[in-house]
Amino acid sequence: MGLSTSTLPFKERIAKAASDQFAHGSIAKAQDVQYDKRETARAELGHWEDWRKLGQSIRQHVLNYLPDYLEEFSDNVDKRGGNVFFAQTTEEANDFILDIIKQQKGQHVVKSKSMVTSELGLDEKIDALPDVSVLETDLAEFILEEDDWDEPSHIVFPAIHKNRDQVQEIFKKIGYQGDNDPKRMARFARKYLREQFLAADIGITGCNFAIADSGLINLDTNEGNADLADSIPKTQIVVMGMERLVPSMKEAEILDNMLARSAVGQKLTTYVTFEGQKTAQESDGPENFYVVILDNNRSRALGTEFQEILQCIRCGACLNVCPVYRQIGGHGYGSLYPGPVGAVLSPILGGYEQFGELPYASSLCAACTETCPVLIPLHNLLIKHREVETDRLKMMHGFNDFQMRVVGMGTRSPFMFKMALRFKHFGLGPWTHHRPVTATNFFAYNGAMITNGPGMVGGWTDVRDLPAPPKHHDDFRVWFKQHKKGGNPQ
Amino acid sequence: MKVSIFTTCMMDLMFPQVGQDMVEVLERLGCTVDVPSNQICCGQPTFNSGYVKASWSVMHNQIDALSAIDCDYIVCPAGSCTAILKEYPQLLVDDPTDPNGTYMKQAKILSAKIYEFSQFIWRVLGIADCGATLTDTATYHRSCHMTRLLGERETPFWLLQHVKGLEMRHLPGIQYCCGFGGTFSVKEHEISELMVTSKVQHIEETGAHILISCDPGCLMNIGGRFNRLGKAIKIMHLAQVLNHDVDESRIKKVSEVAAPAPAPFP
Repeated sequence: MGLSTSTLPFKERIAKAASDQFAHGSIAKAQDVQYDKRETARAELGHWEDWRKLGQSIRQHVLNYLPDYLEEFSDNVDKRGGNVFFAQTTEEANDFILDIIKQQKGQHVVKSKSMVTSELGLDEKIDALPDVSVLETDLAEFILEEDDWDEPSHIVFPAIHKNRDQVQEIFKKIGYQGDNDPKRMARFARKYLREQFLAADIGITGCNFAIADSGLINLDTNEGNADLADSIPKTQIVVMGMERLVPSMKEAEILDNMLARSAVGQKLTTYVTFEGQKTAQESDGPENFYVVILDNNRSRALGTEFQEILQCIRCGACLNVCPVYRQIGGHGYGSLYPGPVGAVLSPILGGYEQFGELPYASSLCAACTETCPVLIPLHNLLIKHREVETDRLKMMHGFNDFQMRVVGMGTRSPFMFKMALRFKHFGLGPWTHHRPVTATNFFAYNGAMITNGPGMVGGWTDVRDLPAPPKHHDDFRVWFKQHKKGGNPQ
Repeated sequence: MKVSIFTTCMMDLMFPQVGQDMVEVLERLGCTVDVPSNQICCGQPTFNSGYVKASWSVMHNQIDALSAIDCDYIVCPAGSCTAILKEYPQLLVDDPTDPNGTYMKQAKILSAKIYEFSQFIWRVLGIADCGATLTDTATYHRSCHMTRLLGERETPFWLLQHVKGLEMRHLPGIQYCCGFGGTFSVKEHEISELMVTSKVQHIEETGAHILISCDPGCLMNIGGRFNRLGKAIKIMHLAQVLNHDVDESRIKKVSEVAAPAPAPFP
């Protein structure tokens, strides 16, 4: 899989997403349900704005001292007897992980949910090894795996685009005979997965936060699958992005709280686990503990205007409030990381050539910025990407670029703007038609509408009518001049 | 009180009626109104599209134009443009074409003087009831920039509560963007269409006859979609509502009415 989840061009992905009524309904419903849960959970905590500032300061502090915390964490994992591997690229990470599986003669790999392993495209690589099976044990990821490795469409709810009927159909393929009742289906999955856990020899998990001063990792799940994946197999491989550090348990506790409330509207997730290499005093846990810390271009953002995106704690709240995500879903973005955070992160990780359209897939409504628990100014970062693409990389060409430059001239020169005011009505005359006006009042000038305009206006009129602009003698400024002189012709 | 109108390019180009109503309301409430003549646009069309360099000169023109007339306050009929003008000091931080900080200095002054129309009436003039009457049903579209960037989520609702005869209906999905987003509406019109269609549905669910907002851009988008679909709606800017069938004897100050409840989230 990897970072890119689609080979279709952007506009085709949008058209495809728009026509998927199933997904459309599921996503809108999930967003609305999450809305109430999230806001209630935050309100219960109280002083939410103060918590956000605290969360932001923790994350910014870690990023400002990232090399130190990475070193401290790595040293502490070593001290406990574990191993840390720093991977610059996805290839390095994959090679290292596959080598461990081979060394350990692993046959049954169980995985708990991890965005970074999806970024690596790790499942396919393990699947391609002879005599090695790999199983996703997060319920949603399991559903996707059994649906012939369908792409996830959300960073917290990967199967948000599927409804219960679709899940029932998928489960039938592996022997489920019941109805579409979520409880019965979950019970079936639980039994199926439990058998696989007991046979597993390698567990691969993600990492919500890595605790620098102890060399432990912190996992938050609601299904307990990560706990089975890290306690039953003898070997555990943790895969994490290089920014996922916290100084100590104290900061992890704060962020766990904010993560659970923001992601799923709970006080905490059902399981909040801190674990690492099994020590002599401990009765369970992995005997072989590896942590793979991935860069994959994250360091490109460090020290730049994009550094704040690395504050992200992957709660997915920005997806859940996003009106664009609501319409096009995760698959519309074509990136493993969809929604506002994905539109900022994907071009950094995967480049502007591939993901340059994503920063424009936003109306800049700032719902993301408003909800982010660690105060990432997401909509501003989208504008910064646009600036890089236009001003620095000169990626805008042709007629679109020309039109924006004309807009620039028209909005900075009073002379040109006054000319535009004088001639706008006639300029758009050829495209203006009298047609029935159903949106009444000031909206319609003389009952005239433009329904099929030129250039940029065409983008507008593909979707909606444009009221014809008034003639110059009806303009506000003309009216105001007369008004000041002492009276207007009514 | 001397008030300059920040007209916005959209009102100048498209919606003169909004400006007229706004001027009449402000004058009725005791303001002396003027319109700085060289003003054009806040700069969002280019800035938000990534043409940041080209936007600095747009902002410079706007700063020069609005600073040309002495005034106590600047009032704007669009929440979005107001929010951006308030942000000018942040947006101009990296401006290399202003080495002496002349524009920055002016930007800070303007930023402190500017108010969106509804918040100016309630929070600055302290007027709660403008004396307007409008016997009908209406719903209010809360624009994203006014709510989230300007941080004003209450004054339009409070003012509308005092319009005689007006029955306000809650808009479901009020927190969702209508799909305007400036150049987004033309560049990504496929996504914008889905968003505005959803907004039209929500408005229809209220059964209200009138859609009111404080941002002409959103109104142009939603109204245009209503018209394309051949569905009936009356589009009104808040200024038009507050200038409708006015009985001046009814004008009341904020101090004379019961304290309004803070608007619930969203």
